[in-house]
Amino acid sequence: MAKGVKPRVKVPKKAAAGDVITIKTLISHKMESGRRKDKKTGELIPRNIINRFTCDFNGQNVIDVDLGTAISTNPYFEFEAKVPETGEFKFTWYDDDGSVYETAKKITVS
Amino acid sequence: MELTRRNALMIGAGAFAATLLPAGAFASPEDTEKAIAEFTGGAEVGEGGIDLTTPEIAENGNTVPISVDAPGAVAIAVFANGNPEPKVCVFNFGPMAGSQSASTRIRLAGTQDVVAVAKMADGSFVKASNTVKVTIGGCGG
Amino acid sequence: MKKRVTLKGAAAAAMATAVFAAGTSVLAEQDPTVKEMVVNGEEVMTVVADPQPGVSELDKLYDGWLFRSEETQALQMDDFENPGMIFVEQAEEMWNTVEGSEGKSCASCHGDPSSMKGVRATYPKMSPSLGKLATIEMEVNNCRENRMGAEPWKYTGGKMTAMNALITLQSRGMPVDVKVDDAVRANWEHGKELYYARTGQLELSCANCHEQHYGERIRADMLSQGQINGFPAYRLKNGKLNSVHARFKGCVRDTRAETYKPGSQAFIDLELYVATRGNGLSVTGPSVRN
Repeated sequence: MAKGVKPRVKVPKKAAAGDVITIKTLISHKMESGRRKDKKTGELIPRNIINRFTCDFNGQNVIDVDLGTAISTNPYFEFEAKVPETGEFKFTWYDDDGSVYETAKKITVS
Repeated sequence: MELTRRNALMIGAGAFAATLLPAGAFASPEDTEKAIAEFTGGAEVGEGGIDLTTPEIAENGNTVPISVDAPGAVAIAVFANGNPEPKVCVFNFGPMAGSQSASTRIRLAGTQDVVAVAKMADGSFVKASNTVKVTIGGCGG
Repeated sequence: MKKRVTLKGAAAAAMATAVFAAGTSVLAEQDPTVKEMVVNGEEVMTVVADPQPGVSELDKLYDGWLFRSEETQALQMDDFENPGMIFVEQAEEMWNTVEGSEGKSCASCHGDPSSMKGVRATYPKMSPSLGKLATIEMEVNNCRENRMGAEPWKYTGGKMTAMNALITLQSRGMPVDVKVDDAVRANWEHGKELYYARTGQLELSCANCHEQHYGERIRADMLSQGQINGFPAYRLKNGKLNSVHARFKGCVRDTRAETYKPGSQAFIDLELYVATRGNGLSVTGPSVRN
């Protein structure tokens, strides 16, 4: 697992049924493009990026992102979701090195 | 070629420029067309129905905020035609998406065009394109 | 008040004209567009202030945020959008992590990080336990080495800068109030001397760029007043938090000089002086810069 990777997500705690809510996500990750050289050795630093990010609500997909090397360090996404009922958002980031980072947020819908 | 002083300077300048470029250098507009064709399967790409928001001038090419919005799309792909790899990312929208819009922050290797291509529910494609000027140099660059 | 002409000799004047955008007067200075900085829609920051008399030649103090683009400004106005906050969260974990031979964490002695409120607004200052002028970094390592029995952190390292950001955040919105009393006056005078001393092949002092030419472009970059009330700063350029001394080093390097080392007495004194140039502005760190 890459060092110091920490996901952050921002989801409202409450919403009214049928609302569309805004979700923001950020994960600390170097997003090493594979094109940078090590300043000391002159060797290329191998690519190591988050290559996929998904968000699901109660098991149904909200967004599924395919990331390339041009996504900035500490990848940030903002998008909208429907919330027909109380439930849980699940967020998953997939690292090139096979690591999977997950977090979840509950929302109460009235 | 006779080695005049001017020629020697030009050779020097060429060698200097070459050392600045990493192996593989940058994508050409043709590479971007190819990457777009991979996403569209070669289908015709129309205009309209998609908004791409980018800064006119980016203070730093390492972190450029962009937003895409294409109501009714199933997916939006983002390309940068002056980057080493043209494909930036693809947003696939699921049944729980509240809109077919998303924002992120991207790397731009220099002043170039950012192109967003949306795949609509009926299988058609539309695109929008913006030029982003990337400032380099100075102490912040 | 017009800027004092401090250029000495034709060579220096020619050099300055070459470095700063052609066509602009050497004496011109441009005030930034003044906007309100409201963080998270509720915390109003003081980004314009009147200078303390006798400290600098500045007519008005401007937070470095005002010199940045709208997109960069927006990142700093929302703690979720501000990538510097990732490192603050990492520092919160470190705050509670027991390290060293004494079996202590920061929390063991200091409790909640909120106990650090006011620290960033008044540092650097005379440290009673160190018996000399100290920066926050020095106090952190003082705790680590002498109270926790742990290894000191690298002065401009990631952990140190993250911890500084957590401590800084506790004072956000408070006015910078760094004192110059007799105990530190010699340090302050030394820092001031360094601020106005030309360095490097470009023969530029801090003042040449940040007092005489703020609001102008140096190549593609917009010069600020070089205020440090927003540090640590998350830079879009390198995707991490940057400390005051790391920025000093970068600036001196850009004049094509051999730089002082982060943590050196020269930079500690310079930090004291530069901090007092911003007395009255809010502590706004961790900030976002290009």
